[in-house]
Amino acid sequence: MARRVLPGFGLSLGYVLTYLGLLVLLPLAALAVKASGIGLAGLWNTLSAPPVLAALKLSFGAALVSALINAAAGLLVAWVLVRYSFPGRRLFDALVDLPFALPTAVAGIALTALYAPKGWIGEWLVPLGIKVAFTPLGVLIAMIFVGFPFVVRTLQPVLESLDRDIEEAATSLGATRLQTFLRVLFPLLLPALLTGFALALARAVGEYGSVIFIAGNIPMKSEILPLVIVKQLEQFKYADAAAVGVIMLALSFVLLLAIGLLQRWSRRWAER
Amino acid sequence: MTITINRLARRFADFRALDDVSLSIAPGEFVALLGPSGSGKTTLLRILAGLDFPDSGDLLQDGRDLLQVSARDRGVGLVFQHYALFRHMTVFENVAFGLRVRPRARRPSKAEIAERVDKLLKRVQLDGMAARYPAQLSGGQRQRVALARALAIEPSLLLLDEPFGALDAQVRVALRRWLRHLHEEMGLTTVFVTHDQEEALELADRVVVMNRGRIEQVGTPDEIYQQPATPFVFEFIGKSNKVPVRIHGARLQAGDQRFEADALEGLADGSAVAYVRPEHLALSTTPLENGWKATLRHVYLSGSVAHLELDVPGLGQTLEAELGGEEAQRRSLQAGMTVTVQPRHLTVFPLDGKTGEPDLARRRVVHPRYGQAALARWR
Repeated sequence: MARRVLPGFGLSLGYVLTYLGLLVLLPLAALAVKASGIGLAGLWNTLSAPPVLAALKLSFGAALVSALINAAAGLLVAWVLVRYSFPGRRLFDALVDLPFALPTAVAGIALTALYAPKGWIGEWLVPLGIKVAFTPLGVLIAMIFVGFPFVVRTLQPVLESLDRDIEEAATSLGATRLQTFLRVLFPLLLPALLTGFALALARAVGEYGSVIFIAGNIPMKSEILPLVIVKQLEQFKYADAAAVGVIMLALSFVLLLAIGLLQRWSRRWAER
Repeated sequence: MTITINRLARRFADFRALDDVSLSIAPGEFVALLGPSGSGKTTLLRILAGLDFPDSGDLLQDGRDLLQVSARDRGVGLVFQHYALFRHMTVFENVAFGLRVRPRARRPSKAEIAERVDKLLKRVQLDGMAARYPAQLSGGQRQRVALARALAIEPSLLLLDEPFGALDAQVRVALRRWLRHLHEEMGLTTVFVTHDQEEALELADRVVVMNRGRIEQVGTPDEIYQQPATPFVFEFIGKSNKVPVRIHGARLQAGDQRFEADALEGLADGSAVAYVRPEHLALSTTPLENGWKATLRHVYLSGSVAHLELDVPGLGQTLEAELGGEEAQRRSLQAGMTVTVQPRHLTVFPLDGKTGEPDLARRRVVHPRYGQAALARWR
């Protein structure tokens, strides 16, 4: 057996496996067991109910769109915070984390107050025919809000570690700024960007607190999947709730797996 | 294609990175910018590349104002100290980059690009490595990829920033010989920055010694070593002994010794500082009338050269002398011996009466007059 320089491999690995098992696997397994109570046919029935299907589309659709928007906006914010120095930069840098810290219900109520037809922003949007509060658009905005910090925080260290000289090399080789960004910087940022995207997506899919206040929760229109689960629980339909939960879990897993594979491809150059 | 650098100045806050620097670089020349860190050599290189701009002064290429040309359009090949390779691209993609980003009208076809990259990779002896990523290469290989990438755009000027700085000693020596051959083959005007005097003296046609944003001396490696123009060059290049002296009636008073020499005619009396290279100190084991009496403190043999440490009570300091290792053995020089030390020639800088600084304009190379007996004993 190879001799290890760092001690404690067995102990720490055991701890990690136990911890992850108790914290993550056990609750998930319990969920799956509960869901299996209704059988495959039951699962299919629950799923094919139009309100569930609509909520599924909204939850995952809005979460994907919000993660995309957060990826683009987060890249810009991280770029500005790292590359430029301006008065108040530290303050803005600290502001990025606020969506993490704020209780989600507070965020939801604040957003609703802003975007409601009589709110500060809503009163300007409604005359233009744009309704945000109590529509799928509101769901999207709440998801963007809670997922925002992830992309910024995953990109920042990578941006900071990029050497200035690769950009200078590209410039002196004749590349325009756009070519330098697209061919040199973006591919180097892509792995971190995908990580941030995946985190923002996961957060948006699972978000409950802030969304339900602004969504209005109109079945078939602005109802998200976690709310469907809560409603089923309130009707004591535990197995149905668990079934929807399992579906969410499976879909999220597939999405995260796909992103993980994409990320591995995007950093194929780092493997020796 | 002559490059003319005229009175460039560049300041960073209170720090003068370049202070009134003028230089002309001839076509096909291999020029080294040599100096300690903070001497302004990298700033000058970056200005040549268009990555930095001077506060004042001109930069011309055959009469064309280069400062009006952006880094992108300058067509300068640039090699960075830490390679600055695009690590997400293969070796091939790195080298092809400069061709692929060209506007469509000037971009070679795919086949042409592949052909040119292959040729370049052969030239830098990296054929067969095209599909590797930089992370899979050694330091020397990475540096050669960086060089091939810079050469791919067919630059009119090649700039290298400490090109061997990050490599280990053996690779460094091999790579710089190789670079010298490459330069002779291609005849490309090349400017490189280094703080390593050995590198500069071995590689360059002309060495520009810089210090505190100013050019101290420009010359061939031989001139720089044999005829240093300033005290800084004496101290920075090779080894030298610094001896405080007085000029008195066209004679040089150094400690308890007085040397006569023609070169001192016309110099006003006063303090001066003299520099003498270790190999320009002649030693005699038989006592001589002229010359410092010294005790040989140590003999260090390093390879083919013997370094001697001499205690000179008459000067109140130690001197370092050098002679061939074989000669040191033949003359059985050993620690503890008493010897007479005669400088064959010294370079004297009279000190300015007001500032106390060495006066470069009154520099003199002094060959002291010794009796025939002494001269005979030197060899």
